[in-house]
Amino acid sequence: MTTLRIKNVKKVYPNGAEAVKGVSVDVEDGELVVFVGPSGCGKSTLLRMVAGLESVTEGEIELAGRVVNDLEPADRNIAMVFQNYALYPHMSVRKNLAYGLRNRKTPQNEIDARVNEAADLLQIAEFLDRKPSQLSGGQRQRVAMGRAIVRHPAIFLFDEPLSNLDAKLRNQMRLEIKKLQRRLETAAIYVTHDQVEAMTLADRIVVLNGGQIEQVGTPAEIYANPATTFVASFIGAPPMNMLEANVTGDALEIEGQSLPFPRSHRGPVRMGLRPERMQINGSDAGLNAEITVLEDLGATRLIHARLGNQEVVLSQDADLPVPSDGKISIAFRPDDVHLFDRDSGRRIDA
Amino acid sequence: MATTELDQTGTTTAARAKPAPSRKSFGGVRIYDHVVLWLGVFLMMGPLVVAFTTSSFDHVLIHRQGMQFGWGGQFAETYSTVLNQQGGFTGEVTGWLMTKNSFILGIGFAVGKIVISMLAAYAIVYFRFPFATAAFWIIFLTLLLPLEVRILPSYEVVQQLGLVNTYTGLIVPLIASATGTFFFRQFFKSIPNELLEAARIDGANAWRFLIDILVPLSKTMMAAIFIIMFVVGWNQYLWPTLMTTDETYFTLVRGIKQVMQSMIGADIPKYNEALAMAMLAMVPPVAIILIFQRMFIKGLVEQEK
Repeated sequence: MTTLRIKNVKKVYPNGAEAVKGVSVDVEDGELVVFVGPSGCGKSTLLRMVAGLESVTEGEIELAGRVVNDLEPADRNIAMVFQNYALYPHMSVRKNLAYGLRNRKTPQNEIDARVNEAADLLQIAEFLDRKPSQLSGGQRQRVAMGRAIVRHPAIFLFDEPLSNLDAKLRNQMRLEIKKLQRRLETAAIYVTHDQVEAMTLADRIVVLNGGQIEQVGTPAEIYANPATTFVASFIGAPPMNMLEANVTGDALEIEGQSLPFPRSHRGPVRMGLRPERMQINGSDAGLNAEITVLEDLGATRLIHARLGNQEVVLSQDADLPVPSDGKISIAFRPDDVHLFDRDSGRRIDA
Repeated sequence: MATTELDQTGTTTAARAKPAPSRKSFGGVRIYDHVVLWLGVFLMMGPLVVAFTTSSFDHVLIHRQGMQFGWGGQFAETYSTVLNQQGGFTGEVTGWLMTKNSFILGIGFAVGKIVISMLAAYAIVYFRFPFATAAFWIIFLTLLLPLEVRILPSYEVVQQLGLVNTYTGLIVPLIASATGTFFFRQFFKSIPNELLEAARIDGANAWRFLIDILVPLSKTMMAAIFIIMFVVGWNQYLWPTLMTTDETYFTLVRGIKQVMQSMIGADIPKYNEALAMAMLAMVPPVAIILIFQRMFIKGLVEQEK
């Protein structure tokens, strides 16, 4: 079953700016879908349209089988977690959790039951009578999630919920969100600009750019087969190398160097190669390049090198040796090469 | 001797540690600062003290010898007279009645201003209506038109509505407040928008959002405005003078003048009673500020967000 259907949705602001240019995506039951993209790509606008905080200019949003375009946020059966938590500062945690239920005229014993259930789930039971200002960032984040959980919504909407936390806590909370969502089996949309969050959390990722969907797929699919150069360079860290190359006959020509290449496509291409899929070759059978900078990251080492007029980055185990003269030969498997059209940026599978 | 030396070394070390050695330090206390403070206290409190001491003397003595220092011994009689004596032409006006009127004016004025300016600011900040910004600036422009400038038209309106000699007429025309609206507008603008969105998702309508979220958040702000406005309302003179001809609506501030005017024939004005009334008129505003001082400062400098 499909929880949420976004059908050809557009958002045009009164000043003519087009934030979302016709997006269609479905969220299945119990699925966690991550909207990822750079700032200004329309991901938050899209989420806010689902929440009912922004009006829909064109298209349809269908939640649990009914079109909700014209419904107030409170009537949509959604729950949202905001980046800055948006807890009511003057209310205790308990009242924060209960406020939405009280407005909905839920009976008091039902409210108590749901609040306690959520508090146990999130381990915030001991804070129930504190004010948000007496809590740490991580605890506030839990309360914000608790406020979403007590509503038993059809879908959770997360708007960059971890951006205000420090790196360590962010990793921990990321894991908790995932566990929680699995346990509740409630569909969720999670908006982030952080591709690591997207990769680790998502059942499916929706990559957005300039108000349009670039690609939808599981993290593995998107990593393995990026549909465009944008997706290729956005997902993965460090980003994929993009090199101008030419496929002629059975060879790949880069900067005057030629390598055997068994693909059927012919002509000028943009070639993508992940830094972690390239090795320094002992012989000089690969692409010859010259090291410019080394970056040690502990477990791995990033090797920046010049290949003719183009820059490449390799990522390799920090234990592996680097030639002292700075001259390297780069090897890679032809299967790891992604080809993209130079003009449209679209993937070439041939 | 030994202790003095120790003290001196202690002071020198402390002075060296401080980055402002140009100020003369006397045992850690800065002399000039205190001289200035004492001068200020003397200038402001001096007249009050003299007025207070003088009010305990007999009015004939005051008439002959001017303001008095020391204690005149008629304190209880004078203050009791001021509060309980039935004065005015009708003989119905007592000090207690005027105090009551002053409280009604002060509280009505302050509460009215808070309610009106909060609602105005709420509309301006949270509702999109045509010319909202223009509306705000028009409200703001009324700062250029104080009561004194528009007193005749204001009187005309109130008189035509038949509100002369009513508490409504006394209070309502004064409660529109550009300053209050401005304060609340700035405060509401500083409240993160997500709070409104969270409340909307929580099913709060515009009214609930105001009552459940904004009002509690504005508590300290409201207290600060209440204190300022209560004092302003309490001290109103021109408008009540114009609006109330019925003596039972007189306020304390007006009463002071009334006492002085009671010079009929060869009577000597009751200076002591006028001064006593001035002292009494000062007590509530001072008390309110003393009691709510902490809340007042909190409301002006920090917000619970």
